[in-house]
Amino acid sequence: MKKYDVIILGAGPAGLTAGIYLSRARQSVLILDKGTVGGQVILTHAVANYPGLPELSGYKLASEMKKQAADFGCDILGNTSIKDFNFKGEEKVVITDSGEYSSRAVILAVGGQPRKLGLESEEKFQGRGISYCATCDGDFFTDQDIVVVGGGNSALEEAVSLTTYARSVTIIHQFDHFQGYPHAIKAAGDNPKIRFMMESEILEFTGDTDLTGVRILNKRDGSEQQLAVTGAFIFIGYQPGSKLFENCVRLNQRGEILVDEMMATDVPGVFAAGDVRQKKFRQITTAVSDGTTAALGVMDYLVGPDPDKE
Amino acid sequence: MTLDTNLNHVKTEAELKDLINNNESVMVCCGRMGPMCLPVYDVMEQLEGSDEYGHVVFRDMLFDNPEAAAIRDLPECSSFRGLPFTVYYRNGKVVKATSSIQNKDQVTGILDEVFEK
Repeated sequence: MKKYDVIILGAGPAGLTAGIYLSRARQSVLILDKGTVGGQVILTHAVANYPGLPELSGYKLASEMKKQAADFGCDILGNTSIKDFNFKGEEKVVITDSGEYSSRAVILAVGGQPRKLGLESEEKFQGRGISYCATCDGDFFTDQDIVVVGGGNSALEEAVSLTTYARSVTIIHQFDHFQGYPHAIKAAGDNPKIRFMMESEILEFTGDTDLTGVRILNKRDGSEQQLAVTGAFIFIGYQPGSKLFENCVRLNQRGEILVDEMMATDVPGVFAAGDVRQKKFRQITTAVSDGTTAALGVMDYLVGPDPDKE
Repeated sequence: MTLDTNLNHVKTEAELKDLINNNESVMVCCGRMGPMCLPVYDVMEQLEGSDEYGHVVFRDMLFDNPEAAAIRDLPECSSFRGLPFTVYYRNGKVVKATSSIQNKDQVTGILDEVFEK
């Protein structure tokens, strides 16, 4: 079993930032991620509000963070699944499909995933009509009728961008009001190609091999209707990737990990940072902030408080 | 646009034909540098360097390259509407094709299913 001072689960901005701080502080650090290093940031086509950097792709930003963490000495393993773990004792153990590792502290920075509707038919049509990326797949729906599911800023803004290609865009939202900012609601409302179905939800995606329609429930009166569409873009937010740790650390009702101001969980030596923890705002900058705090919290835990700060 | 990956790129239809006819097991990911494509390239790069999948040839191809019609127009991809288009060839024949993002478990599941070690 290979030993480290700290194991960080999750290689998004929070995990990579924590890795940079800890490795600079001469701690041996392993960063593991079940997917691509960079986390959700790589899903962002353009990051325009990261201080000090001109607009760049999320992939580029994540690549720079990864390089910086590796240059400081972090071991980074992407596409690595956790098979088991034990965080109870002083020695924390993580067993993966590529090896077994132990450490004195752990940071949970596993982020979240795009929320899915959870319908059986959703998996069937992914890539055959259902998409989660308007910029990637919008041009496959040129002159076609499509739906966008969701009522936040992402759904509204992506619906507007999809009108570049689609003949019509129907926004389906479960509530009677949108959660997006007023300017996003106005932009969608002013677009002649967009119509709205409020207080409605999709019951089923229909079609043979390709998506050809959706069955929709009107939640107000309980009626159902079939809408002929060839595309469905789903933007209903994110869910924290904490499922694996639900019996280990304390979570809130939404599955977000509860931490104190040092990002410490209720388990000694286990910290959490980034989108997986309970907080209101989820930005790259807030993830970086969390990663910094968690790293400093870990240093306090491992070697005691910085005497200069006392 | 170019593909900024560490995989070897297929640039022409002739090159693709040559590749699949001279290698028993080939996986080609045809996409762009977008968020649904990057994770697939990442998985392929990792598998390319592994002992377990040393018998598979991994390549990518730029979706917007006119020569990529050799993949875009495959009957197996006719209903695809999500990038990337990933095609698995065995002895020159298409044995599997997928649309949109795939994770490592999904990719290795297909590799184990369609290719002999």
